[in-house]
Amino acid sequence: MTSITLVRRIAARQSIVFEALTTADGVAGWWGVDDLPVVVAEVDARVGGAFRICFPTLDGEEHEACGEYLELIAPSRLVMSWRWVRGGVPEELDGTSRIEMELKPVDGGVELTVTHADLRNDASRINHEHGWSASLARLSRLLGASSNAQISI
Amino acid sequence: MLNYQHRDLDRVFAALCDPTRRAILARLEREETLSIKALAAPFAIKLPAVMKHLDVLGAAGLVTRSKHGRTVDVRLSPERLREAADWLRRYERFWSPALDRLAAQAEAKEAELRQSEASEDQSEPPDA
Repeated sequence: MTSITLVRRIAARQSIVFEALTTADGVAGWWGVDDLPVVVAEVDARVGGAFRICFPTLDGEEHEACGEYLELIAPSRLVMSWRWVRGGVPEELDGTSRIEMELKPVDGGVELTVTHADLRNDASRINHEHGWSASLARLSRLLGASSNAQISI
Repeated sequence: MLNYQHRDLDRVFAALCDPTRRAILARLEREETLSIKALAAPFAIKLPAVMKHLDVLGAAGLVTRSKHGRTVDVRLSPERLREAADWLRRYERFWSPALDRLAAQAEAKEAELRQSEASEDQSEPPDA
């Protein structure tokens, strides 16, 4: 399964971080790519509840995504589905991916682990059939890339 | 961030999912240019099979072939690999700054809360 995992240590109590992840005000404060305010942030944080976000980028485009909360265990775990939307219509090519967030209390704050998984359904299928898990490591090596995130296929 | 040539990427990912083709790319990464014959030598498969793999790699844009007299030289063409890696990394580009902002936001709130907790403690009468 194609996924990317990032881990951050945050010097704040768990309830504050969980709130930033599960309220419209919280999400509106950090979501996006460039440092621009989000256009829409709709959050219905309960299992089965919907999520919709629209954020601009510096190139003038707006990017919209929606999803649904699949698991919600305050203040430690959150799973949601995720799908890019263009002109109100889901983008078929990317399909639905899955975002998992785990919050673990650590000394002085919280360790947040974010995994964005099922990024590419056909790539996952290829992986099961042919086991090319090493190829991304090779890709990174070929490109001499350094990455602060862990990517797996 | 979404404008990628998905069909080209599909070809790249499909080309990468064969161990012989990955081995060919790995050798080209080390040796830059090789003749087809030299490329085929370490593999326990016949030349036509190697040619087929090179066709797949060529169609995906991962290698280029050029004819010099009677030999054909094969060379790695890293641009497509870069695009494939970029495709995957766009999620990193999304998450990394977003989580930085999330951390800054939560930490500011934590500081605010601590300050108000501290001032509440101070305002309480000493023998309450």
